[in-house]
Amino acid sequence: MSSTTDSSESQDASLVRISDLHYSRGAKPIFRGLDFAVPRGQVTTILGPSGTGKTTLLKMIGGQLKPSKGSITVDGKNVAKLGRRDLYALRKRMGMLFQSGALLTDLSVFDNVAFPLREHTDLPESLISHLVLMRLHAVGLRGASELYPAELSGGMARRAALARALVFDPMMIMYDEPFTGQDPISMGVLLTLIRTVNQALGLTSLMVSHDLAEALSISDYVVIISEGVVVEAGTPDELHNSDSAWTQQFLSGSPDGPVPFQLSAPDYAEQLLAGVSR
Amino acid sequence: MDRIARFGRFWLNALERTGRAHLFLARMLGALPSLLVRFPLLVRQLYATGVMTLSIVLVSGLFVGMVLALQGFNLLEGFGAESALGQAVALTLVRELGPVVTGLLFAGRAGSAMTAEIGLMKATEQLSGLEMMAVDPFRRVYAPRFFAGFLALPMLAAMFSAVGVYGGYLVGVEVLGVDAGAYWANMQSSVAFMEDVGKGLIKACVFGFVVSWIAVFEGADCIPTSEGVSSATTRTVVYSSLAVLGLDFVLTAIMF
Ligand SMILES: Nc1ncnc2c1ncn2[C@@H]1O[C@H](COP(=O)(O)OP(=O)(O)OP(=O)(O)O)[C@@H](O)[C@H]1O
Ligand SMILES: [Mg+2]
Repeated sequence: MSSTTDSSESQDASLVRISDLHYSRGAKPIFRGLDFAVPRGQVTTILGPSGTGKTTLLKMIGGQLKPSKGSITVDGKNVAKLGRRDLYALRKRMGMLFQSGALLTDLSVFDNVAFPLREHTDLPESLISHLVLMRLHAVGLRGASELYPAELSGGMARRAALARALVFDPMMIMYDEPFTGQDPISMGVLLTLIRTVNQALGLTSLMVSHDLAEALSISDYVVIISEGVVVEAGTPDELHNSDSAWTQQFLSGSPDGPVPFQLSAPDYAEQLLAGVSR
Repeated sequence: MDRIARFGRFWLNALERTGRAHLFLARMLGALPSLLVRFPLLVRQLYATGVMTLSIVLVSGLFVGMVLALQGFNLLEGFGAESALGQAVALTLVRELGPVVTGLLFAGRAGSAMTAEIGLMKATEQLSGLEMMAVDPFRRVYAPRFFAGFLALPMLAAMFSAVGVYGGYLVGVEVLGVDAGAYWANMQSSVAFMEDVGKGLIKACVFGFVVSWIAVFEGADCIPTSEGVSSATTRTVVYSSLAVLGLDFVLTAIMF
């Protein structure tokens, strides 16, 4: 009896499993056999050059885009194969912080954060108000609860969206660039928040970030993606000690090395000499 | 060769889009039951589409009625039949101009606003955000707007006709001196409720259905950029206006 629970637990050690994922936008391949797993209950960070498809990957995990080959399983369910009802049931247990915030512009900050609760539960208004103010306080926006999204700065909008993603106590949260546009103080608060929420609620966090030092400081596991495949994966320490020139260049941010800064393009000199034709 | 390929691609795309629009419609109709539970959403959209279009519909109705009286009076006076002005104004409004002009105004005022709003929600990832919160945009965003438009247009058309009849009275009776009793009595005896008012309302319902369908679909199907939203808005106004005028001909041929 105990052995079966053991084996099922070890099977479930990863919440999200991505295997042999292929996907293209038009003729452009984005993923070419991506393989990795997101360990349950930990903070995992996905790194990669801008435009490699990190946002696309998060949307695929949420079931908004379907892979052309390969599979994504979340909590044992193949996301692309789920019917609408099951997919929505799964999404209720996922929070997502969009790169742009994606707040509903016709609702105030308070109503935005209350939105998932009002949509999916019959909680009394007094309790909702309690929960919402608690989340807003945690992200430092209790004073902005009556403002509308258009009246917020970029960083504030991001924090409000974070409060909304957290309000439903999901089993997993995906953060797309949570730190962009934050001042050092709110950055510090967010870092602690993401870490403590992960610990206290026992949820799984999947984060995309370009703020390397900060992201690595709270991550248990890091996956580096480039050109559609996983370049390297491991704990932050393992990455720092990695002997891959690629990883070292990415972590140090040096412009010279195997990682191209330019998107693939015709030869620069040729294009300049060719004149204005594009 | 290239031209043939382009011709083929154009029609394939048009066909595909028509197919998408019908699937979209089916899902909106499927979301109708959930609207009955969440009535406030519908009420809010009725306000946004209906009440906000009311003033332009009333003003237009008044002027259209006044113009009808002027033109009708000149025409009827030649036969010494100016006492028939009431029925001429009322029948023109109730059967034709009420539904058609309201449909056109509605497409320009409310339809374009619906498309732009939904398109912007798409461009700013609000629709993706809803989906990720397990909220179906069909229930939350599309269906309430669609049904609100469908319900609002017949009511607006009725008010347009009512105000137009009054505008005809102002010009015909108060200015041009048609007998007030003749104006109302002739109208009353020649306008039949089912035959004229009823069929006019059927037209308005059809226009409401088609205009709202086009407006919501164009918004949801637009390319999520500022250009995409603006061209979708233009398409809404153009397609809805053409649809209203074309369907008006078809419906008139069938019903009257
Ligand atoms: N709607 C779209 N249509 C076509 N191509 C797209 C679309 N959205 C994204 N792409 C392409 O997919 C690739 C991956 O985009 P994605 O937004 O996932 O990148 P990212 O890794 O999140 O980048 P960043 O770090 O800058 O946010 C990009 O190269 C982009 O050109
Ligand atoms: Mg991104």
